[in-house]
Amino acid sequence: MATFKDFRNNIKPNWCPGCGDFSVQSAIQRAAANVGLEPEQLVVVSGIGCSGRISGYIHAYGFHGIHGRALPIAQGIKLANRELTVIAAGGDGDGFAIGTNHTIHAIRRNMDITYIVMDNQVYGLTKGQTSPRSPEGFKTKSTPEGSIESALSPLEIALAAGATFVAQSFSSDLKQLTWLIEEGIKHKGFAFINVFSPCVTFNKINTYEWFKENIVNLDEFPDYDPGNRVLAMQKIMETNGLLTGLIYQDKSRPSYEDRVKGFRPEGLANQDLTLSREAFEELVAEFR
Amino acid sequence: MISQLSWKIGGQQGEGVESTDRIFSTALNRLGYYLYGYRHFSSRIKGGHTNNKIRISTEPKRAISDDLDILVAFDQETIDLNAHELRPGGVILADAKFNPTVPEDRNVRLIAMPITGIAEELGTSLMKNMVASGASWALLGLPLEVLGKAVEEEFARKGPLVVEKNIEAVRRGAAFVLEQTGGPLEEFRLAPADGRQKLFMIGNEAIGLGAIAAGCRLMFAYPITPASEIMEYLIKQLPKFGGTVLQTEDEIAAVTMAIGANYAGVRAFTASAGPGLSLMMEGIGLAGMTETPLVIVDTMRGGPSTGLPTKVEQSDLMALIHGTHGEIPKAVIAPSTIEECFYDTIEAFNLAEEYQMPVILAVDLQLALGKQTCEPLDYDRIEIRRGKLTRDLPPLENPEMFKRYAFTEDGISPRVLPGTKYGIHHVTGVEHAETGSPNEQAANRRKMMDKRLRKLQGLRIRDAVKADAPHEEPDLLLIGMGSSSGTIDEVRSRLAAEGVRTNRLFIRQVHPFPAELVRPHLAKARKVVVIENNATGQLASIIKTHIGEHHDKIHSMLKYDGTPFLPHEVEKGCKELI
Repeated sequence: MATFKDFRNNIKPNWCPGCGDFSVQSAIQRAAANVGLEPEQLVVVSGIGCSGRISGYIHAYGFHGIHGRALPIAQGIKLANRELTVIAAGGDGDGFAIGTNHTIHAIRRNMDITYIVMDNQVYGLTKGQTSPRSPEGFKTKSTPEGSIESALSPLEIALAAGATFVAQSFSSDLKQLTWLIEEGIKHKGFAFINVFSPCVTFNKINTYEWFKENIVNLDEFPDYDPGNRVLAMQKIMETNGLLTGLIYQDKSRPSYEDRVKGFRPEGLANQDLTLSREAFEELVAEFR
Repeated sequence: MISQLSWKIGGQQGEGVESTDRIFSTALNRLGYYLYGYRHFSSRIKGGHTNNKIRISTEPKRAISDDLDILVAFDQETIDLNAHELRPGGVILADAKFNPTVPEDRNVRLIAMPITGIAEELGTSLMKNMVASGASWALLGLPLEVLGKAVEEEFARKGPLVVEKNIEAVRRGAAFVLEQTGGPLEEFRLAPADGRQKLFMIGNEAIGLGAIAAGCRLMFAYPITPASEIMEYLIKQLPKFGGTVLQTEDEIAAVTMAIGANYAGVRAFTASAGPGLSLMMEGIGLAGMTETPLVIVDTMRGGPSTGLPTKVEQSDLMALIHGTHGEIPKAVIAPSTIEECFYDTIEAFNLAEEYQMPVILAVDLQLALGKQTCEPLDYDRIEIRRGKLTRDLPPLENPEMFKRYAFTEDGISPRVLPGTKYGIHHVTGVEHAETGSPNEQAANRRKMMDKRLRKLQGLRIRDAVKADAPHEEPDLLLIGMGSSSGTIDEVRSRLAAEGVRTNRLFIRQVHPFPAELVRPHLAKARKVVVIENNATGQLASIIKTHIGEHHDKIHSMLKYDGTPFLPHEVEKGCKELI
């Protein structure tokens, strides 16, 4: 059985020392091993940005796509071979700016995919511009007077879009993050995990210390019921989105793949797809 | 007896023009006639003039006719807009309800009958389409039971009562018109057809059928005119074969999902029109860079921007060839007949996997939507070639990743699917080394670019250029593509009857351009005319770009008003040239 070391490769990440993304990389590797995956059974699909490089830093099948489109690529992979475990990952620009449309619709669709957003509230790879997650007043190269747009609330959006699994974690809490990714992989549907992954270079506001001071950890509330959607929304609003843990899970809704008419449990890619002469004749007969 | 005739039905969109045409032409197909249809419609659902024209012939005809024999009118607007097409002695069969009048200068016969009235007597005005079908059928003196059978099949799922009512509407329509005319119109009596069973479909259906035959099981698409019929056809059929159609949130999702599915090993595609293709360009570049198979169908409509969404054009060629930023290998294929829509779709999937690159099938709106006779499709011609796809690999040694982008002589590297043991590699749109890991070094960059572009060398599809060149020194070489092909051939036979010697080429492989197959034909011809549905002569430009000589001989015949070329227009243009 594979251990987390088997999910390591020899490529050195180009992230800055101290970047929150290192923990996410490690958590994915650990979670994959913990749920019993072999490296070839996992596909990590990522977008563009610092965090988008993550698919190249895990020993598994990796697809580094185009900006904002990790989710549609991941969904195409999942439909083609539902036997694969598919993790999509990217930054807040990827998921909540250029790719917001796909994020919302992927959530609605509920394919059995785990989506991890490394949320650092700033654009890093382009060297420090505002993100839809930047707080109002946030000064960057593109907002020298401070951002005058309100920050987007991904957890509320996820819930409103019909998410069946909503979680949030923090790079410093490797244990919780690993556990949530495991739960996300095991969840039979779309698992949305937002991770506060601080940018040590371009975000001097939302730092590790800042998060430690401001985060409410749901793990410390044993009575919290993640099955209650109204409560989940209330908790998100109460904490202004600064909470971590498993916020909401609906285990009753079947995945998209399970609901597609005529779809078999075996991955399409592993099926014999040649068309028989009889089936062809039947198709053609309709045009007579 | 005559060998061909043209029939048109017109009215407001949503009042049964489509269904009348469908029943009428399905029955004609059963009798073995060759049919070629043309739909005039607008971007609205209810209201607005619409008409369907169909050419009925005992011989193959792949063009809209210049004139019209019978016009069925549900309203006065249909007469006002279409009467000019009627040949002298033509007939207008009109609903008496609107007190039809015919322009005085037209030498045509008006038959007014209570089409709506008869339908209402039977319970609902909705059945006026059946009354009109029956009356049209009777005027041609065709056997009523064949039409009855088509009606029965159309309504079978609605139960025997509905079937019976509609057949009664057909019967009454037929009886009423015959009483009025005293029998079928002898001048419109068609010679019997050969009785050979043919298919009757639109290009979009032929493409959908081709996709299933090719082993494609996933389609990702966003609705758009005139491509939607492909997804609508496939959502009915693919679940029977374990596949599905997913309607995406936009065309960007459609193309990137198709890339994901192809990467994971299932033949998948998307279909759209100009606006959708514009959105897909970055995705097409990703497929080119990551060497992922990808098939896209572009049903070309009038551009630019929203343009003429329901009208024909062939103006996407340059965008399809050059639309992506940077330089990638890809192929653009343009079927010129409905049968080719089927076979070329299969070939597109084969090429995409063999060459590991995007393949775009470019069809124009008239080919996509014009319902027409299709010769029987040959199961034995279906061939599936997956190229350098490998499933079993030896253990990896060093490096620890599979060389998915190994440098090879033909530029095509071995491909493995996720899930394969010892096949782990990286895929990225960033320039990369043989294992797929990002690599920006100049030497690697040059080698990788050369490797990818080298794949196109020698790519020639079957009949890349379809030539009919009986003359050593033709007066005129006609070059065209897509739906204009039928018109071009019809014009050639007219010109031949007048002693004009013509050769013709249909360009089917638009990119990479098979210059060596075109050049000798240019050399032989006294003059060359490139006939295309766009304003800037894109096909002519492509030819000139790739062939340095003979430019002074090359003339363009362009049409960009949204309508297909009519034979008489092309004939006139050719005569002016020679």
